[in-house]
Amino acid sequence: MSNAESTGVLTGSHYLDGDHACSEGAIAAGCRFASGYPITPSTEVVERLSQRFPHVGGRFQQFEDELAASIALQGATWGGAKTITVTSGPGFSLMMEHIGLAAITETPCVFVNVQRAGPSTGLPTQPAQGDMMQARFGSHGDYRLITVCPNSPQESFDLTLEAFNLAEEYRVPVIVMLDEVVGHMTEKVVIPPAEKLKVTERRWTTKKPGEYKPFDANGGLVPDMVKAGDGYRIHVTGLTHDERGYPNMTVPAHEKMQMRLTDKILKNVDKIVRFDAQDLDGAEVVVVSYGITSRIAQKAIADARQQGIRVGSFRLITAWPFPEKQIAELSKKVKAFVVPELNLGQMVLEVERIANGRCRTIPVPHVGGTVHDPSVILKKIQEAVR
Amino acid sequence: MTIVRENPVEKYLRMERMPSIWCPGCGIGTTVNCFARALDGSGFDLDKVAIVSGIGCTGRVAGYLKLDSFHTTHGRAIPFATGLKLANPELKVVVYSGDGDLSAIGGNHLFHAARRNADLLVVCVNNFTYGMTGGQVTPTTPYPAIASTTPYGAYEETFNLPGVVAAAGATFVARWTAYHVKQLAKTMGEALGKKGFRFIEIIAPCPTLYLRRNRLGEGLEEMKYYQEKSVIKNGADPKDVAIDYREEIIVGKFVDVERPTLEEAMEKRMGEALGAKYVPYKQPGKMSPRA
Repeated sequence: MSNAESTGVLTGSHYLDGDHACSEGAIAAGCRFASGYPITPSTEVVERLSQRFPHVGGRFQQFEDELAASIALQGATWGGAKTITVTSGPGFSLMMEHIGLAAITETPCVFVNVQRAGPSTGLPTQPAQGDMMQARFGSHGDYRLITVCPNSPQESFDLTLEAFNLAEEYRVPVIVMLDEVVGHMTEKVVIPPAEKLKVTERRWTTKKPGEYKPFDANGGLVPDMVKAGDGYRIHVTGLTHDERGYPNMTVPAHEKMQMRLTDKILKNVDKIVRFDAQDLDGAEVVVVSYGITSRIAQKAIADARQQGIRVGSFRLITAWPFPEKQIAELSKKVKAFVVPELNLGQMVLEVERIANGRCRTIPVPHVGGTVHDPSVILKKIQEAVR
Repeated sequence: MTIVRENPVEKYLRMERMPSIWCPGCGIGTTVNCFARALDGSGFDLDKVAIVSGIGCTGRVAGYLKLDSFHTTHGRAIPFATGLKLANPELKVVVYSGDGDLSAIGGNHLFHAARRNADLLVVCVNNFTYGMTGGQVTPTTPYPAIASTTPYGAYEETFNLPGVVAAAGATFVARWTAYHVKQLAKTMGEALGKKGFRFIEIIAPCPTLYLRRNRLGEGLEEMKYYQEKSVIKNGADPKDVAIDYREEIIVGKFVDVERPTLEEAMEKRMGEALGAKYVPYKQPGKMSPRA
């Protein structure tokens, strides 16, 4: 813990599970406020934060429910802190209203969902990837946000840190979509020295009180921020608002606000989208996967290649925004996409929509609270080239 | 004779947002006037006072006060405010909302914030109804008042809000009506200067819905009712101040005690447990300008 005392960054090689790595990613990003409510299989994230924060000048508050946890962090963000809350399925459902609040008030913050099988209480201790569409569309109304999908404890660290950077850059809630397996699997996690980490700080305004309008992007797409207590006397509301933050129920005001909330993501898709592509050159089939399923798919892909099948891998690192351009390009070159996921078909719908009939899209759904048997994915790859 | 041409509370309001959405005779504006006067007399640096509201007629208060102001979601002003205060401890944080917002949808947060002694002043305007949505029954609507969802009269047991928050651990509990403007402003000023979970209930008229539907007259007649039926009992046991339909309203300061706030308790325990290893939370500095 050489570095931990000064910057909080736990520089070194560690043997960590994905939940704990997520906590360390938050600390490394400069997060110093966390709120939460216990729920399996995510609780370890806040347990570690509650233990680590008092050593690095952070504050964790356990609340009475996820409704409270998911808005308390937004209060803390406006107080000047970088903030995180953590949950799983049932809690994620309760948090939906406040994901919408963060979207409309452009409050940078990070939500973590360590996915378990649903619906409802479902399988509390077993993995699923059934909340992918909820992560995109769960709160009412039109909004865009960013969702990242780590597939290892190392990536849980890296992408949690990245989630904070993206939240600050675009002033959106960013959702880290872990799953029970990645959350609970233990692997080597290498944490670089603090000075080697790229950390995006909040973009404070240079304007003076009186000149500054909290929701005026100054011709750009993302407004600069202030915090409470610095003399700006801002108003922040979940109502449709104008650049001053004042409620405005007119057609132009709503349209303008909605379009900017959408455009700040859509017009920056190329900067935001992250993926991991392997062996795409000459591939007949591409397996599109994410999270723990991408690890299972690796075995199927290796077996298929041994059989001489030209199969590539496209791993989603951001699920939202979806890498539409890349999938559209690939769809012109391949026979089929094979899409394994731990649900009855969610991201596959997006692949199919973008492929738009140019190639086949083969879902490999799996439920039951376990991961796929790689042979099931292999069979679909074989089927795809027949 | 000096002629005062300026309303002394105007400088505390976002005048560019006037007129407010509140109906003629509504009590909410009166309470805001009292609050502005309390701020005026407080001597506080108002850059360091933040106000947080939930949803509803009283939920609009945040938007009219010229402070750092946050209009949040229905029932969740208290947890937002708790996060704001924990992250920015030098702020004085006030929650200003209605009976439905704070005690129905937000009830869980109200009780837990009182229990953990979150360092917040909570101002609750109790007009016995959901005004914004057209006058439905709330947890405070007394038997047998008519509301749009109790067309044959309310019949549930009500929350006696001072009793509930005092039982949950609030350190300062008071009640006034919209008639008691001097007393209310004074109590607000006093509460602003204290620490811990402070709760002020204000009984206020909703002429458009509650009064009209119950054929109780206009706002002025309600003021007469408050004047005639209010009984000042400072130090009354909060469990004995429940309000029955058109009966006496016990007002005054009921609770004024001290105990460690959430933040103090947190700091103390961490210090005890970790000693020199404890790194207390640092107030985020004045914003560093954009690089």
